[in-house]
Amino acid sequence: MESQTATTFDAFRHTLKRDLIVAYKRKNDVVNPFMFFLIVASLFPIGISPEPDRLAEVAAGVLWISALLAAMLSMDNLFRADYEDGSLEQLLLSPHPLYFLVLAKNISHWLVSGLPVVLVSPLIAYMLNLPAESYLVLFLTLMLGTPVLSLLGSIGVALTVGLGSRGLILAVITLPMCVPVLIAGTLAVEQTQNGASLAGFLAILGAMLVGAISLAPLASAAALKISVN
Amino acid sequence: MTETVAAASPSNCLLRARRLFCERGERVLFDQLSFDLQRGQVMQVAGSNGSGKTTLLRMVCGLNDSYEGSIEWQPDDPNSHFEAFLANLIYIGHRAGVNKILTPLENLRWSCGIQVRADDEELLEALARVGLRGFEESQCFTLSAGQQQRVSLARLLACPAAIWILDEPFTTLDATGVQWLEQLIHDHASAGGGVMITTHHQLRVDNLSVLSLG
Repeated sequence: MESQTATTFDAFRHTLKRDLIVAYKRKNDVVNPFMFFLIVASLFPIGISPEPDRLAEVAAGVLWISALLAAMLSMDNLFRADYEDGSLEQLLLSPHPLYFLVLAKNISHWLVSGLPVVLVSPLIAYMLNLPAESYLVLFLTLMLGTPVLSLLGSIGVALTVGLGSRGLILAVITLPMCVPVLIAGTLAVEQTQNGASLAGFLAILGAMLVGAISLAPLASAAALKISVN
Repeated sequence: MTETVAAASPSNCLLRARRLFCERGERVLFDQLSFDLQRGQVMQVAGSNGSGKTTLLRMVCGLNDSYEGSIEWQPDDPNSHFEAFLANLIYIGHRAGVNKILTPLENLRWSCGIQVRADDEELLEALARVGLRGFEESQCFTLSAGQQQRVSLARLLACPAAIWILDEPFTTLDATGVQWLEQLIHDHASAGGGVMITTHHQLRVDNLSVLSLG
């Protein structure tokens, strides 16, 4: 029995490693969402106003929306190539629980597309004149929130991977699910500036993350089975 | 009768399908289709284009569940469950399951790693036996279609599994490759494995049974 669980871990590890290697070899898939994030976030000062006070007001929202759009942009990489070359069928035919294999793909996706955005966010926050005491709040909420975006997006991708022309449908499915994360994230930055405690917001985002980790891969796995069917 | 079979080998029957019915759109692909896949048997699924060969193979693997009737996986084994069947199965479909960015070795590491434990030496040996010695570290997009197919076929050597389900495995192989694969299928069946295969090519193996569709 123990060797069985060990091999499930092996399968998880192999999948994670494979996806990271693919990402490393296909560098523009990694760099694109990151560049997109930087560009979108830098367009806001041009579009709204370069005035520091007004920028500070919208900075948190701008960063969150840019992170969300960057996550959407990178989403398609998650299952598309695997669907086209038949690897997805192999994934579904693994004797190990699909939950863990999908989770491994989600984790790799977040490491490659979400984490760089989180890491660079304080720099963009500085550019947008976000008050210095909010950097940590922003960083922590993005750290908890962007994995949720990846996990939720994965459900949408899994549902649409079999469709020939996806276009907007992925965004239509996924973005509404991401709204609570967006609200919690931006509210946390805004409210803590007014003296609210950070703990509550982190708890809410943490709860979202735990919920997404435990449920979203199950939904993605079920959706993948339907898409391949 | 069942008792003697059960005594001889606890899981002689690898796959049992009963009264399968499947339609695509308005068209009935097959109706009342029943068959057993036994150990030592090579079953060629024959039929014209569009007669549902691939659909049948995907149903048997559990990739397609829009059918009526019953498919039992390893029905004679009382401890059997679907995951045990999957652990004992290799499916090679139309799409090879080979990521073009990765090298053959990396591909094999993953496709075997999600099924069984295998170390690099075994994988390298499997790649050498399919004729990819020297290509282990080249990215698969630099390989020809036939070589990519061989990467996929290397799983047959690297992962031990009793049930092989092969969908048109000969299409991109050269003459020696075809001969080699036929021999491999023959040896696998002789060693007690079961093979379900679709091909338009005339198979030269013993114990061949043909399941005609359409």
